[in-house]
Amino acid sequence: MSADIEENVLELQGVVMTFGGLMVLNNLNFKVRRGTIKAIIGPNGAGKTTLFNVITGSFSPTEGTVMFKGRPIQDLKAHKIAYQGISRTFQTVELFGNMTVLENVMLGCHTRVRTSFMASGLVLPQSRRKEKRIRESALKILKFIGLADKFKDSADSLPLGEQKLLEIGRALASEPELICLDEPAAGLNETETHLASSLIKAINAKGTTVLLVEHDMKVVMNISDEILVLNYGQKIAEGPPEDVRNNPGVIDAYLGGVA
Amino acid sequence: MEKITLASQLLQYLITGLTVGSVYAMVAVGFNIIYNVTEIINFAQGEFVMLGGLTMVSLHVAMGLPIILAFPVTIVLVTVIGILIDRFAICPIRRPSVLTLIIATIAVSIIIKGTASFIWGKNPFDLPAFSGRNPINILGAVVQPQYFWVIGFLVITAIALSIFFDRTIIGKAMRACADNANAASLVGINVKKMILLSFALSAAIGAVAGIAITPISLMEYDRGAMLAVKGFGAVILGGLGSFPGAILGGLIIGSIESFGAGLVHSGYKDAFALIVLLVILFFKPSGLLGNIEISRIKRF
Amino acid sequence: MLRIAKLPIAVFALFIIIFPWIAHQIPTIEHYPDIMVFAGIYCLITIGLSLLMGYAGQISLGQAAFFGIGAYISGILTANYGMNAWACMVIGMAVAAAVAALVGTPSLKLKGHYLAMATLAFGIIIFIIFNEEIEWTGGPDGMSGIPGLSLLGFEFDSVESYYYLVWGFVLVAFIFTVNVIQSGTGRALRAIHASEPAASAMGVDVSKFKIIIFVYSAVLGSLAGSLYAHYLNFINPSTFDLFFSIKLLIMIALGGMHNIWGAIIGACLITFLSYEWLHYFEEFEVIVYGAILLFVTVLLPDGLAGVPGIVKGWFRR
Repeated sequence: MSADIEENVLELQGVVMTFGGLMVLNNLNFKVRRGTIKAIIGPNGAGKTTLFNVITGSFSPTEGTVMFKGRPIQDLKAHKIAYQGISRTFQTVELFGNMTVLENVMLGCHTRVRTSFMASGLVLPQSRRKEKRIRESALKILKFIGLADKFKDSADSLPLGEQKLLEIGRALASEPELICLDEPAAGLNETETHLASSLIKAINAKGTTVLLVEHDMKVVMNISDEILVLNYGQKIAEGPPEDVRNNPGVIDAYLGGVA
Repeated sequence: MEKITLASQLLQYLITGLTVGSVYAMVAVGFNIIYNVTEIINFAQGEFVMLGGLTMVSLHVAMGLPIILAFPVTIVLVTVIGILIDRFAICPIRRPSVLTLIIATIAVSIIIKGTASFIWGKNPFDLPAFSGRNPINILGAVVQPQYFWVIGFLVITAIALSIFFDRTIIGKAMRACADNANAASLVGINVKKMILLSFALSAAIGAVAGIAITPISLMEYDRGAMLAVKGFGAVILGGLGSFPGAILGGLIIGSIESFGAGLVHSGYKDAFALIVLLVILFFKPSGLLGNIEISRIKRF
Repeated sequence: MLRIAKLPIAVFALFIIIFPWIAHQIPTIEHYPDIMVFAGIYCLITIGLSLLMGYAGQISLGQAAFFGIGAYISGILTANYGMNAWACMVIGMAVAAAVAALVGTPSLKLKGHYLAMATLAFGIIIFIIFNEEIEWTGGPDGMSGIPGLSLLGFEFDSVESYYYLVWGFVLVAFIFTVNVIQSGTGRALRAIHASEPAASAMGVDVSKFKIIIFVYSAVLGSLAGSLYAHYLNFINPSTFDLFFSIKLLIMIALGGMHNIWGAIIGACLITFLSYEWLHYFEEFEVIVYGAILLFVTVLLPDGLAGVPGIVKGWFRR
């Protein structure tokens, strides 16, 4: 059992999600091995984003369990799940547009320091030290994602490609064990896509497990260790890229036109 | 002297409640008309009622116009105010957000209130009842004929609106805006005009409510805010955006208020409706007939 | 980084210190320190409200209730029970905090119009209670005989001494709030304003932060109420009506709610308008307020505090 926990950082068992009678996720079971990159693909409306929202606590599943490091998290609220070590990005960029690039990443560090209202108001030395520490680590992350020279700009003013990178940076700032990326390459041009792919690989190389939803098959086939294919909220295939690529069911349901 | 039984007393409360509730229902319908097209809650909605009542007093009592003439003129005047609000307060906002729209309509409501106190002073005004004040006795409850006028106006308004929204081209166009403004503008509907129309329409309905209720409860310059809050209570109780809900909600709020004032404590008359509003907001913000999925789709 | 410059705060503090002396030299504004006492009292409320509305993005149309709670608790406990005024002040703040937590927990789950109406309804209910619980509050006629404040034998009975007391509180509250804004808490609040889903995905406990700020604004409001009651020695419900809540809104909208300085500018301007400059207009006063509010909303969304930015923009072009 304990070996299994070590092996699988995330495990979904019988997850069902319904919205007013509509079943969006249907009895979903899968595991994500520690240190790997797993991609979730599937046609539009397959339930990919809903799956992300269930894992990261935006919704509680109607049925089933979500185990993170061997502990059930399906009933925890989103901010509690962030403290457990799961971080995410959003399909439609959800940056804090009214804040600077640096502040966005500093907010990502929220789980790493205790923020007390009284301590902030009284500017206790400890809270000043904490601010300094997270400022430094946020700058480090900006360097890692290549936005260090833009730290002062407002997040709103960045082009989409950089906004996507910044969102990944913000998610990294909490030093998560699992990072969930919702379409990191959507809307990016070829150069930017390439940049995003290598960034994801670099994140993974540092030991962070990556779960991503992506439509760009080149990205998916290139970087993922394993692929999970969803259709109508059900798993129709799972395995390494080459297996999935040749799976007749998948070709039928999804890749038909592409491959 | 007839003996007042508890049953007739309760009936009295009910009829009073339904009458006042009809006014809240009309305010609530007005809220919904604007909300459905624009997703704005018009905090000045109650001012239309006040303006309707007081304008009618000026035209009918002070200037001596017969009711048959004063009535439509009042409605036209208040409708013009509704149009002006849209033109000068809502349209020009450059960065519309819920907060700025709320503040803008609050600003409008205090401008109207201040102007009304300037024109009419601070004293309440009476209006002669449409068909006299000889009370009718129903099972021991004493009812003024005007009560039926108020309830009747609600019924007429409801029927007229359902015909308007279901049968006329403009009404259907407004409903299309309510469902999806972008799609509506793609098929050639002038969304700005529809917004203007929604303000005009809900101002007119407010005026009708004001004219109808003034012979019963008098009218003064600062009545608008409370009417708006209670009307909003009706909206929430019935489910934001739902017309049947608004009418049902208004009648329920009116009844709760009437029974609460009669049976519990008359000083807290206004508090009952507000407490109901809070309870609904806290425990079932989608209301009785509202749809939670729809409220998720709406921007605000 | 969101930094609020220290120099203007020091200049402002200095101005507040010497203002009574300046006013004393010029006969036409000799009575201004008295008005500044009220301005300071309103500043305490708007500082909290600015943090709540401008930074955290949560609307409240019921702040008058907390102002009233502080005033009535101080008034009733000191005038009727002879309790220590400072203790009553603290009790008032504690009660306001409890009420804010109680009402805020369900309210702040609501958004936009719903939150506005919920706080509005809450404010009116409290106002009705002030009017109806005659045994305690004296009803619509109000209550008098509220003693002044004194500390260790020193009586704050002159306008000047009360002025320094009130503005001392304002300065402390202002600096505390500025610190909060510049800290991780302020960052979390602005994050909530920008995107609640993203804030909570990053671990921000959205409802906890909203409630903390709501409670803080209530505590400041209650403190302001206590100071008001002890200064006037008389209170009646009409001070704490819906229109006062709206006036507070006008203050922060005029000053600019996205900037903490806006709270100070707006509160002072509106106080002087209503106690002095608009005094002669009487009936027109309300219309002027409405016009100001509409003007600011339509043409000056960042309030007066946003004007320097606009001017800077002109020069850059």
